[in-house]
Amino acid sequence: MSEKNTKKINISPSALYGWLGDRIFAVSVFVLGFIVIFTTLAMAISLYYEGSEAITKFGFWGFMTGEKWDAAITMEFGAWPFIVGTVSTSLGALALSFIPAIAIAVFTAEYAPHWLSHIIENLVNLIAAVPSVVIGIWGVFVFTPWIRDTVYIPVYMWSLENAPGLTPILGNPIGYGMMTATIILTIMIIPFTTALTVDAFRMVPKEQREAASALGATKWEVIRMAVIPYSRGGILAGTMLSLGRAIGETMAVAMLIGNKNTLPFTIFGPGSTMASVIVNEFREAVENIHLTSLMAVGFYLFLISLIVNLAAAYIQRKYAVTGGRAV
Amino acid sequence: MRFAKRMTAALIITAAAVTAFAQKIEVIGAGASFPAPLVTAMADQYRTLTDGRVTVNYQSIGSGGGIRQFGEQTIMFGMSEAFLKDEIVEEVEKKTGGRAFNMPITLADVVVTYNVPGVKDGVVFNGEVLADIFLGKIKKWNDKNIQALNKSIKLPNLNITVVHRSDGSGTTNIWTSYLTKVSKEWADKIGYATSVNWPVGVGAKGNEGVAGVVMNTPGALGYNSYAYALLNKISYGYLINKSGNTIKPNFEATSEAANIDLPEDTRIIFTDTPAAQGYPVAGFTWMLVYENLEKNKAIKSKNEAEELIKFLIWAITDGQGLSERLGYAKLPKAAVEKNKAMIRELKWNGEEIGKKILG
Repeated sequence: MSEKNTKKINISPSALYGWLGDRIFAVSVFVLGFIVIFTTLAMAISLYYEGSEAITKFGFWGFMTGEKWDAAITMEFGAWPFIVGTVSTSLGALALSFIPAIAIAVFTAEYAPHWLSHIIENLVNLIAAVPSVVIGIWGVFVFTPWIRDTVYIPVYMWSLENAPGLTPILGNPIGYGMMTATIILTIMIIPFTTALTVDAFRMVPKEQREAASALGATKWEVIRMAVIPYSRGGILAGTMLSLGRAIGETMAVAMLIGNKNTLPFTIFGPGSTMASVIVNEFREAVENIHLTSLMAVGFYLFLISLIVNLAAAYIQRKYAVTGGRAV
Repeated sequence: MRFAKRMTAALIITAAAVTAFAQKIEVIGAGASFPAPLVTAMADQYRTLTDGRVTVNYQSIGSGGGIRQFGEQTIMFGMSEAFLKDEIVEEVEKKTGGRAFNMPITLADVVVTYNVPGVKDGVVFNGEVLADIFLGKIKKWNDKNIQALNKSIKLPNLNITVVHRSDGSGTTNIWTSYLTKVSKEWADKIGYATSVNWPVGVGAKGNEGVAGVVMNTPGALGYNSYAYALLNKISYGYLINKSGNTIKPNFEATSEAANIDLPEDTRIIFTDTPAAQGYPVAGFTWMLVYENLEKNKAIKSKNEAEELIKFLIWAITDGQGLSERLGYAKLPKAAVEKNKAMIRELKWNGEEIGKKILG
């Protein structure tokens, strides 16, 4: 019995599972990877192609820096107001979210008892999974009226009396505007930063903590001197991922930002972003130049996302800790 | 003998089944989202009427999409809240040797909605006041120009928050075309389109968005389609029309607005209507159809073309019965007549099949 079987075993694994299996696996992985590259390139090219009429008409820089967006009389289009809106709301959300997100992560990963950290983590993931249109509806009906009455109007009234120079910067406290959109974006991106930061904290080797403790560090000092520096690559990656999401966020922003297509934007007053103008005007853009301009805005949004992602990759490489020291 | 009888019966049944199968037809259309609920309801009823033989498949992809797909001939009829521009009509004429028809299928009407604590329906506005509000020149509810039109209502000293649609929409097109007609300044500075450069106010997405912001913001003033305001019990204003009559929005007044001297091709914006009892902020939604149906690549046979024509005729006549229940005004007689004249011109390889069907 043994002789025959051994022979069989000797042949079949090398033939089926070795050479052929490896080849099939390699080819399919290669093809799948290539599809990703191909899709990205195809997206960029088709966006440029669809928007080329507008880009040629107004010029690459001309379209980017153009401040006018008029689909009724002059048919002039420029993306600048939307670029300003996108950059300021997403950077604002990033700034607002950074400290709370890190704090939540520190508490969850380091301080909270196991059962509590479990609950917090699940809730954070739940917020990340809520569709943005649901957050938008909540924003329209609950959050905006509340924050308008408790924050915007009192602040605006205060500035009218005490600092009249400030009111033009604050703008009309209608409730639907840049500030509301930024706060909602903050709420939406905190889970991303938090989740990735918690993961980064958990990856810190036990030796690292023990070494710090052995030197007589308190718990907070361990976190500050050993855990956070070691995981800064992960923290920054999470932050950048959140920024990417904030830049691309469409529905909730479109519902809450007030959608004004002309500069200047004010803090409380309405504004708009690249994503929001596309979702707002795409369906009923009857004129060709209007539609191609929206496509061109999409192309610029693609470029900005690309730049953010490249920057994220660079920062992560630069600050990532390997083998216990920064490279 | 018995066998022969049975055979004949079987043959007849088979033949009937075959013809029934062969005649199953799908009429494909796409375009504006505003009339979609109406067209879908029409499609449902029409399917029942034809015993499931004719299915109308309508995709609401927006007016711009409707016009584009119509041009690319992927659909049998398009639908749009803006009529075809001259250059598109010329292009179609060059390509197919026939006209592109705009046939009114229903009407859209836009009302002023507002939220003033303690004030219900029926604040009266005229075009001048509304243009000034949307230009940001009238800022308070108790402005003397508004108060002068509403002597019996005590309006509060409250800021007006203008709310407009942020998404491109036919509603905005109609609303801004009204403001364009009643105000020279609006016409020069802003103009009309599916989305414009609003000088003041906040933009909210969709009818529901505008309604939501209006209901949540004391002092807000926006515009909604009439049906939406009615359904959601938002306060809406009355308008003084061109003839000086104060019109409470209603479906009859909307139909009446279009019951005027229409051009043959019905390409007209009749906001600020000359009709004495017409509501001044209303407009058509058009079906787009090629005159030479055989030139439309989406229509593959004469049979399909005939079924399309039959559906068109039904939709502008009996199909209108569905309108008011769904929040649309009925087509006025003037528009139905123009539609029939256009349907009579529809051809298949030169054969006047429209005339043949309509009689």
